Amino acid sequence: MPELAYGGPPRDRPRDLRTSYLRDVQQRRLYSGLLFAILALLLISGFTLADERNAGGFWDGLAKLFDFPTELIAEAFEKSANLPVHLLHYLPSLLETVNIAAASTLIGALLATMLSLLATRGLARWPVLIPLFRRAMDIMRAVPEVVIALVLIFVLGGGPVAAMIAIAFHTTGALGKLFSEVNENADLRPVEGLTSVGSTWLQRMWFAVVPQVAPNYLSYGLMRFEINIRASAILGFVGSGGIGYDLKNAMSWGTGRYDEVAAIFILLLGTIIAVDQLSSLARNRLVRGTL
Amino acid sequence: MTLAAPSPDLRAEALGLFARKRLFALGVPLLVLAYFAYIFVSFDMAGLAGRARPDNARILLSDTVSFKTHVTRDNRTGVISAAIEGEAKGKYPDGAVPDWVTLYGTDADVRLDDGTTVKFRGETVTVAVPDYGSVVLRSAGGDIEMTLPGEGVPDWISASATRVSLTMPAGRVQVTRSKSEVFRYEAGWELFFFTLDSPFYGRSLGDLAALAVSADPVVPGKANIVAMAEDFWTNKMWRHSDVAWALFETVLMAFLGTVGAGLIALPLAFLAASNFTPGRWIRFGFRRVFDFLRGVDGLIWTLILSRAFGPGPMTGALAILLTDTGSFGKMFSEALENVDDRQIEGVQSTGANTLQRHRFGVMPQIMPVLLSQLLYYFESNTRSATVIGAIVGGGIGLLLTQAISTQKDWEEVSYYIVLIVLMVMAMDALSGWVRRLLIRGNADGR
Repeated sequence: MPELAYGGPPRDRPRDLRTSYLRDVQQRRLYSGLLFAILALLLISGFTLADERNAGGFWDGLAKLFDFPTELIAEAFEKSANLPVHLLHYLPSLLETVNIAAASTLIGALLATMLSLLATRGLARWPVLIPLFRRAMDIMRAVPEVVIALVLIFVLGGGPVAAMIAIAFHTTGALGKLFSEVNENADLRPVEGLTSVGSTWLQRMWFAVVPQVAPNYLSYGLMRFEINIRASAILGFVGSGGIGYDLKNAMSWGTGRYDEVAAIFILLLGTIIAVDQLSSLARNRLVRGTL
Repeated sequence: MTLAAPSPDLRAEALGLFARKRLFALGVPLLVLAYFAYIFVSFDMAGLAGRARPDNARILLSDTVSFKTHVTRDNRTGVISAAIEGEAKGKYPDGAVPDWVTLYGTDADVRLDDGTTVKFRGETVTVAVPDYGSVVLRSAGGDIEMTLPGEGVPDWISASATRVSLTMPAGRVQVTRSKSEVFRYEAGWELFFFTLDSPFYGRSLGDLAALAVSADPVVPGKANIVAMAEDFWTNKMWRHSDVAWALFETVLMAFLGTVGAGLIALPLAFLAASNFTPGRWIRFGFRRVFDFLRGVDGLIWTLILSRAFGPGPMTGALAILLTDTGSFGKMFSEALENVDDRQIEGVQSTGANTLQRHRFGVMPQIMPVLLSQLLYYFESNTRSATVIGAIVGGGIGLLLTQAISTQKDWEEVSYYIVLIVLMVMAMDALSGWVRRLLIRGNADGR
């Protein structure tokens, strides 16, 4: 790095400075080169390995890559008259997917608020238990939604509730971590003020902390909502309600019925893009502080 | 006082502000509550109790912490055999039974932990239940005859003409026309280390440790520790080698997807950044490409790609790669737009060409952002790869869905879940460690 030229140890004489700099640069280049070589090697061997384990080869697949999209678009055009009907037909499923995402984000955010407040130094109700709550959030964050969803489908029988609980669980952990970072930057003076007038912990949190952190919470919550819409669509595909489930069924009907797949793709794409745009708009406004 | 007297409209304004805040503070929770009420109705939570299957939850939990051994009498051949979880892989060799079973040729006594004994005598099964008495079941010919010690059938016995089942705390007895079976529950995961055909099965930890260091081999021609490792690795019941491979495959998908996407997105990001690409339309085009890759969700990419490439880890890796190329392209181009021009000018003043300017003027500035995003995504993609694996059929996601769909290997499901959580946490720790290493390395100027 260039700044090395100025930051060399003072014991170096000017003549040695140049050689030591060049030596350092060479060493650094060697390391970087080695690192890149290892990375490239890993990447190439990884792809070869994955290619071997795959049912279809990479080059064969590449030739067929556009077969399905072409078929899909061709069929959608051919039966474009049906498209509005399909769009209307799948609207309730789309609503369910969005509802799963929204409800799980809300539940997750509420739980994350509680957990993160309990896990922040200076705010925690029981400071001794801070590590416990932190570990709990770490574990909740590490559990992929699909794991809980699959188990809950077995216990609760399919439907949106399994997906909602699964996503809410992961969201609690993910948002909890972000929220506790926000909490750490909260000003403690309002909290002390409320403590001095004898308020309870809940009152302190609600009146002194929440107003400070709410804009950041909201911004993170919106970002999570975007992610959760995608997650809820995927979970539907694995078996719990919403538009993902319809997509799976429509796919399994095969050639000739792809107009319905196209309709679902359009709905899903439109929703994801719309929510992305709206939430980034709202987040920009939140960050600039004009609610 | 006259000086400090607030003007009436300032007062009104303040009161109005308070009123609005109060409305907000009350209104938002009310709205949330109303939304939950709507969700409650729309998701039919009231009907959930009817649809939920608590017995499934009980099976899941009891299977997770315990295993069952089946002792089965085939009513056609009269042969009695024992098998762990009733699977062929866990079957005791012919003539061998666990120590709580006593075999007398084609008859047998089975003892359960709560003091219940089950006697197989030809076609007759006698179950002696403590504090209740003996239940005699005969499955000769057609229907099953049941003789109870008292009046009425207790609720832990379900009986029909073709099937009688007794559920007790320590086990279950089930008699049908074709076979009579005893299920005995025990805590733990049996055969986790060694299966019944291994010479190391059933030995204590101390015993195994002594064997591992002892010189005389149990399996001729192999050191004991090697034989142990082999038997563990090729365990047919828990398939440790397959599981390890599946975990590796999941991480591989995440690695290939993340690093591949980073390598593709970096050059493209230059073309989408306003300070490197003056052409407005080129920039616009590349930005829309990124939006498209990101917007077409991972699910849709997975479906399209699995049509072309078939199921497997490469399909999953490519699906992650496509989605993340969009995300990385957007983030990298934003990072590029924020670079400091002075550093580039400095490099330029030494007569550097475009490539050198980028290498020495730009890359050092964006490298930390780039690497930390890459590492963050690697961790999150390990989780995605589990889900994508469940759809495309690769990695631990596939094993998990397979184990769940059999609806009986719940101890394996729990095992996989624990492994997945550990894997994600390990990736999280690893990416955090590398990130700290790189940031500290940069601060030191190395």
